[in-house]
Amino acid sequence: MAFCVEMTQTICILLTDRFKASEVDGLRLLTHFVFYNLLCCALSILFSKMYFLPQSEDTQQQIIRETFHLVSKRDENVCNFLEGGLLIGGSDNKLIYRHYATLYFVFCVDSSESELGILDLIQVFVETLDKCFENVCELDLIFHVDKVHNILAEMVMGGMVLETNMNEIVTQIDAQNKLEKSETFIFQSPRQDR
Amino acid sequence: MALKMVKGSIDRMFDKNLQDLVRGIRNHKEDEAKYISQCIDEIKQELKQDNIAVKANAVCKLTYLQMLGYDISWAAFNIIEVMSASKFTFKRIGYLAASQCFHEGTDVIMLTTNQIRKDLSSPNQYDTGVALTGLSCFVTPDLARDLANDIMTLMSHTKPYIRKKAVLIMYKVFLKYPESLRPAFPRLKEKLEDPDPGVQSAAVNVICELARRNPKNYLSLAPLFFKLMTSSTNNWVLIKIIKLFGALTPLEPRLGKKLIEPLTNLIHSHSQHRDLTGICASVSVLISLSSGMPNHSASIQLCVQKLRILIEDSDQNLKYLGLLAMSKILKTHPKSVQSHKDLILQCLDDKDESIRLRALDLLYGMVSKKNLMEIVKKLMIHVDKAEGTTYRDELLTKIIDICSQSNYQYITNFEWYISILVELTRLEGTRHGHLIAAQMLDVAIRVKAIRRFAVSQMAMLLDNAHLIASNAQRNGICEVLYAAAWICGEFSEHLEEANQTLEAMLRPKVTTLPGHIQAVYVQNMVKLYASILQQKEQAGEKEAAQEITQLMIERLPQFVQSADLEVQERASCILQLIKYIQKLQIKEVPVAEEVIALFAGELNPVAPKAQKKVPVPEGLDLDAWINEPPSDSESEDEKPKTIFHEEEQRHSRHRQPEIDEEELARRREARKQEQANNPFYIKSSPSPQKRYQDTPGVEHIPVVQIDLSVPLKVPGMPMSDQYVKLEEERRHKQKLEKDKKKKKQKKEKRGKHHRHNSLHTESEEDIAPAHHVDIITEEMPENALPSDEDDKDPNDPYKALDIDLDKPLADSEKLPVQRHRNVETLKSPDSEVPLVEKKSKKPKKKEKKHKDKERDKGKKKEKEKKVVEEEEEEKKKSSKHKKKKHKKEKEEKSKDKKKSKKKSHHSEEEPPESVQNGTLEDEPLPVSSCAQTYDIQGNLQNDSQVTVSVIFENKSTSFLKSMELNVLDSLNTKMLRPEGSSVHDGIPVPFQLPPGISNEAQFVFTLQSIVMAQKLKGTLSFIVKNDEGSTHEKLDFKLHFSCASYLITTPCYSDAFAKLLESGDLHMSSIKVDGISISFQHLLAKICFHHHFSVVERVDSCASMYSRSIQGHHVCLLVKKGENSVSIDGKCNDSTLLSNLLDEMKETLSKC
Repeated sequence: MAFCVEMTQTICILLTDRFKASEVDGLRLLTHFVFYNLLCCALSILFSKMYFLPQSEDTQQQIIRETFHLVSKRDENVCNFLEGGLLIGGSDNKLIYRHYATLYFVFCVDSSESELGILDLIQVFVETLDKCFENVCELDLIFHVDKVHNILAEMVMGGMVLETNMNEIVTQIDAQNKLEKSETFIFQSPRQDR
Repeated sequence: MALKMVKGSIDRMFDKNLQDLVRGIRNHKEDEAKYISQCIDEIKQELKQDNIAVKANAVCKLTYLQMLGYDISWAAFNIIEVMSASKFTFKRIGYLAASQCFHEGTDVIMLTTNQIRKDLSSPNQYDTGVALTGLSCFVTPDLARDLANDIMTLMSHTKPYIRKKAVLIMYKVFLKYPESLRPAFPRLKEKLEDPDPGVQSAAVNVICELARRNPKNYLSLAPLFFKLMTSSTNNWVLIKIIKLFGALTPLEPRLGKKLIEPLTNLIHSHSQHRDLTGICASVSVLISLSSGMPNHSASIQLCVQKLRILIEDSDQNLKYLGLLAMSKILKTHPKSVQSHKDLILQCLDDKDESIRLRALDLLYGMVSKKNLMEIVKKLMIHVDKAEGTTYRDELLTKIIDICSQSNYQYITNFEWYISILVELTRLEGTRHGHLIAAQMLDVAIRVKAIRRFAVSQMAMLLDNAHLIASNAQRNGICEVLYAAAWICGEFSEHLEEANQTLEAMLRPKVTTLPGHIQAVYVQNMVKLYASILQQKEQAGEKEAAQEITQLMIERLPQFVQSADLEVQERASCILQLIKYIQKLQIKEVPVAEEVIALFAGELNPVAPKAQKKVPVPEGLDLDAWINEPPSDSESEDEKPKTIFHEEEQRHSRHRQPEIDEEELARRREARKQEQANNPFYIKSSPSPQKRYQDTPGVEHIPVVQIDLSVPLKVPGMPMSDQYVKLEEERRHKQKLEKDKKKKKQKKEKRGKHHRHNSLHTESEEDIAPAHHVDIITEEMPENALPSDEDDKDPNDPYKALDIDLDKPLADSEKLPVQRHRNVETLKSPDSEVPLVEKKSKKPKKKEKKHKDKERDKGKKKEKEKKVVEEEEEEKKKSSKHKKKKHKKEKEEKSKDKKKSKKKSHHSEEEPPESVQNGTLEDEPLPVSSCAQTYDIQGNLQNDSQVTVSVIFENKSTSFLKSMELNVLDSLNTKMLRPEGSSVHDGIPVPFQLPPGISNEAQFVFTLQSIVMAQKLKGTLSFIVKNDEGSTHEKLDFKLHFSCASYLITTPCYSDAFAKLLESGDLHMSSIKVDGISISFQHLLAKICFHHHFSVVERVDSCASMYSRSIQGHHVCLLVKKGENSVSIDGKCNDSTLLSNLLDEMKETLSKC
């Protein structure tokens, strides 16, 4: 599966390498599982340079496909940085990814971010997911896309890194979940909200 | 009805939720599209429900579908509905969907403004948070403008969670609405020292992002950041700050000096612990610092040394980062990197493509005349070895980049280069055929000496065209034939075996090439044919000439049948031409001269920007209409009008502007001039060519004959190596000769050292190119204006953020604020200025005050403003009437007070504790001082009125009420009182003041003459109420109307200004002030700010300024700055006003 978040400087894409060998039609499948959180305005900055249009679903899908293509080809023992070229908006941007079991976490950042810093950020993201889902696995992410988004929204906002402290992130997420739970109790009966 | 509703909600229980949808899609792998369209239909049904929970669920599913690549923009309105739900759960879903599918083109986005504003001020911090997060993704210029102020308020929210989000989103707001940067900046700066690390980090983040684009505006923050750097423990913040310093050091060398030592030490300590990551981080910092400072080669040396360790490390990430850092050094210190060439070449063999690409990048900067051939040779080997077309293509472009960089600076032997290009054509499946072709053309056109060689090589390529064009896969490379055909045709006089080449071009195989290449073939065949014809005719071989004509006539029809229009057209045209030639030949008429004349003249390379740089001829207005535009009365036909009327209108529309004879002559001249400059215009005289003879003459340089012993290669064999060898031999020979000469020279003169360009090593300079290669520069139009502007992208969003942040805020820059309807008691004469009234309400009283202030400021556009502070104190009145600018001596304490006051005025935040007046301590009145700040504004509409806005601040602990303000009128200046009241009556202040609160009231004064400064005495009486009871108190003050306060900053254009000065009805006066040390820029800013002038024109240390009084006096100034003095010459309609103004100015300046 794949997951992609676009930020001014940062696209984060999650990919699983499950379809690398096992599925015949890997790419087609990929698009089925691909989802991404687009912090839109950021994307339109990126895209206005490339396509002169606000981002369309197709170009987004293409970015994800190509990213998957680039990343999945890489060997185990190579560096975690990739220069994607025009696809991701020119030479100022690069892909930084990390590979966890069946998942790839890909961030696309510009030169204002430190490469090693982003690798750390990915680590924080994964650990946070792990905490929030209690031993996160691929299926968690597939079935709870919205939750993943909410977690990411606490870390990255509008393409800029908002918070890197895991405890702080988890606290805020928990508080929001609690709030949501208290509301769920009320809207059991749908008429209340009419 | 009720039944229906119950039924509805039961139905809803079986709705799919997101998890069901995902599961469903996974289970329908075969017919997914069908399944999803079915789901979308269901979702559409759900969206029609009134139940918000159902809607939210539907939107949630849509969000997922959008991620799969389905368009959901049709549901934008439903998304807004969900966004405006009262429950956080739904709100979050709505904002998430919005953040994914809204963008600037979404039209419903303007409906969200009020909803977002409501959420931003929600008591629930997560409502606000989710709104901010969403907004950060779809903020548009309109949203940014409308919400900037709300977000700015949130920047000082009590919850750090909100603060950090608000701070971060400001960057997006700045991008969309650059005007907000200046007003928001002071607060942003404050947030750098926020107690919460998250907020601090967000602020650092935003400022770094801003500073990265326009570093010079943020230099003043350097000390603050330095402090942060030493105190912060957050790695993120540290990295950001260090990156910022990297951008700042080139602008402020002292900063670098301060940083360089601790960093060097840090690297050493890391080295001791073998902490490579640490080294990596600090080295990259040091590089960014050192690169800003040219004479820190020691630290650069250290960096390079450490980088080598990184690159040699087995960790691929470090290797990559090492190479990346190396490329930064390369830009400034190419020599120190060049010594590590071995290492970098080694990296070219790395299995990791990212690393190879990095190494390639480095190579680009490492070439010199000396090692170019060697490096390219290595690269060629890699090209052969490389697997995967992407990398090979990358190699190919790099080779071409390396060789062609800075106008072929490093190429000493162009024969070698051409042979490299020819070798590259043998690459399988490259996409870059056109690149090679472009290089071939470029070199052949611009390097005259190489043409003979190039032509022979190209002829060979044409001969072997079947190799190149054979494979469908190799399509990209057949572009090369385009160049080959053109070169052979254009420079056919250099061809040895023209006949053979012509035959090669006429082969039937050629018709399989792409159309545009065939077209070039056809065109150049004729060129070739023409030159052969000439040759034969001159040699008197008439039969051979006729044979070649016959050949053309036989073979051309295959092109005439081409499907490509261009080819067909050219071929049939040429076929007819040749048939005609044949007829003439049969009649034995010599035709060669005429045929060759078809292609006479030389093509010069034209610079890509040449067209843009053609200056607009004088007198030509490109924006003027040639014919009058059709008038607005397009809808004439619909409105019945009289025929005559209509005719009249039409007539006037078609009338040509009348032009006199002189104008026509001038235009003709201009046109001639333009034609002469136009390379595409055929001229009678070869005048433009003459220009070239002025430049280092092409003709005059002795062109060395090419040594024909150079083996012309057999196709398919690499031969650039041979050139490498030859070149080495040649260099060796040259060196020997040089050495001999040098020895002689040394004997003759010693000690005189010639300075070499730091970029070239001595040995490099000695390498003379094999031929006197004369590189023709690209042609530029005459008197082209040198400008760098055209390199800048006018659409760059960051350019708009290049704003000087140190300038004080002007009134016009305030953010648009939501405000209440204006409820002033005193009618201010300015009320004509339209105010935007909006509804939202703000909870805090204090803020309300700010709003009042801002509202007031909003009105003051075009009006002069003056801040004068005054403290009431009966006994020491005279010494305490301080006009900020006019008085020198100040007690320390009161100065402090002033500063804080001033600050509060601009940042709109009152200092929390009231500043006590020194004199109060002597005199412990129950009432502590009540400060007044007043502005005097001129009024454009009414030339004899000024409005004085007074801000009263209660600094005591008691309650003040029944305030009354009275002023002792002078003959000239009178306070405007309500009708019927006598001159001794005061005007009541329309509010009461609780302790610590301030408020503003306005008073209008009428004046007769404005040429003199005025002082008015006044009294404020009020009742002080506290626990012990109430007392009546009085407070005396003085209002100072300076002459400058009657001036209104008015922009003036330099031509109008010049006319004004010439008119001669102005009086003149001048002053000179010594001992001025501030910069001229600063000085001008001071005059503009304090005296309401605007700069008309500024040349070096001389500036003309202009202002206008409320009664319409023009005031012109000429300010000149000498070594330590400033002289000001003024001109004004009224001499008294002028001399008073200059006196005031003198006082201001003498304080500098």
